[in-house]
Amino acid sequence: MDNLLKTTCLHDLHVELGAKMSPFAGYDMPIQYSGIIDEHNAVRHAAGVFDVSHMGEVFVSGPDAESFVNHIFTNDVRPLAPGAILYGMMLYPDGGTVDDLLVYREFEPDRFLLVVNAANVDKDFAWMQEQADGFAVVLDNQSDDWGQIAVQGPEAEKAVCGALGFKEAAELSFYTFKDFERSGKRVIVSRTGYTGEDGFEIYAAPELIRNYWNIVLAAGVKPCGLGCRDTLRFEAGLPLYGDELTADISPVMAGLGMFCKLDKPEFIGKEALAEQKANGVAQKIVGIELSDKAIPRHGYPVELEDGTEVGVVTTGYHSISLDKSICFALVDSAYAALGTPLWVRVRKNAFPGVVVKKRFYQTNYKK
Amino acid sequence: MSKIIEGLLYSESHEWVKVDGNVAIIGVSDFAQSEMGDITYVEMPDVDDEIVAGDDCGALESVKTSSELVAPVSGKVVARNDALEDQPELINEDAYEAWIIKVEMSDKGELDALLNAAAYAEIAK
Repeated sequence: MDNLLKTTCLHDLHVELGAKMSPFAGYDMPIQYSGIIDEHNAVRHAAGVFDVSHMGEVFVSGPDAESFVNHIFTNDVRPLAPGAILYGMMLYPDGGTVDDLLVYREFEPDRFLLVVNAANVDKDFAWMQEQADGFAVVLDNQSDDWGQIAVQGPEAEKAVCGALGFKEAAELSFYTFKDFERSGKRVIVSRTGYTGEDGFEIYAAPELIRNYWNIVLAAGVKPCGLGCRDTLRFEAGLPLYGDELTADISPVMAGLGMFCKLDKPEFIGKEALAEQKANGVAQKIVGIELSDKAIPRHGYPVELEDGTEVGVVTTGYHSISLDKSICFALVDSAYAALGTPLWVRVRKNAFPGVVVKKRFYQTNYKK
Repeated sequence: MSKIIEGLLYSESHEWVKVDGNVAIIGVSDFAQSEMGDITYVEMPDVDDEIVAGDDCGALESVKTSSELVAPVSGKVVARNDALEDQPELINEDAYEAWIIKVEMSDKGELDALLNAAAYAEIAK
């Protein structure tokens, strides 16, 4: 089994650091180094670095690149300036989610970079190819050619612009990027992340990424695993494909309608979303805060006081930054309003809670 | 390599038992705490609760996972380590120092079903 797992360009360095490794999205990935709480706090209060080389990079180019991306993507790339980035989803015609992704408008005309979830690269690329009929575009899946690290936290700028020498990256506002050339190769530095903090994601050739990893560690940035990546994104109210967005959970159900531009002429899934917005959806993703320390986990039932099951937990933790037990849950829409009392069954007991805003933690993005 | 202490008994679900006369002092092994990572919550039975060998009698929660505390012996709970309510991380610091409950055994014969240190070492890896 283990020999079927792929490895990133930083794999041996994780093992050397004593990381706890585990399979994720087909890769043998670091879950934690010093501990999830310690790493989580480093990102909130200083800086941490993640190996996200497993993420997928698909380049779309050609005369129809803009109209093609707008066809498969829920957000509207038409007003997007070169060097700017948009978050959104690719949908099935029924409104279910193929994946959530970032779209970078390149400085070169008629060219976009689509960054997709590692677990979905093959599915996404096949989906894009199927939809490309009749569009003058070239789709280039370069996922295996790029390494990627995410440097996140209030001290990320110091590490990226100082220690790594990407001085001009200091000028970037949130969701923009710049190109650099290092050793004759392209390096992309974007002010993006998945933690609720300021930070950067750096895409480069594997050998450069290995250098950058070692340099930021030497500069005092803490190595962080996928364990705290999940606790951080969760507190910041960010969905994870597979939990809060799936083929059965549309962006409208997930409360991500603001990333779906129904005023665009068309995109795959638009009619379904318009119908869901007009007539409502049966279930919605909500945030729930429990009054007890018991921890809601993925798959635990959500109930009414009388024990009637009305939903299921999609992600839950005892929040490290907020010291509260909180979760995302998919619940019947009748019980999705803020302030609704709901119970989460943790083993034998149901613990009381209340529907709250999904952004549990106040994010600190660079304006 | 996790720490295993000679002289204690162990269950296949990674509890340890220290026998003190008729009382079993129960905790979880160093291997268990290392697998779980940062422990954030310990759910314990109450004093005077009757617990049954093989049944869940509590749970440990780490940031990432939950794990049931399985009673290695049957009997009445005579003490619980209330320090763990506010400092569950004591288990990460020293899993053999941070006992969880003490149980007055109803059938000491159940101890025969537990593993010695050498046998447990085969499982805890």
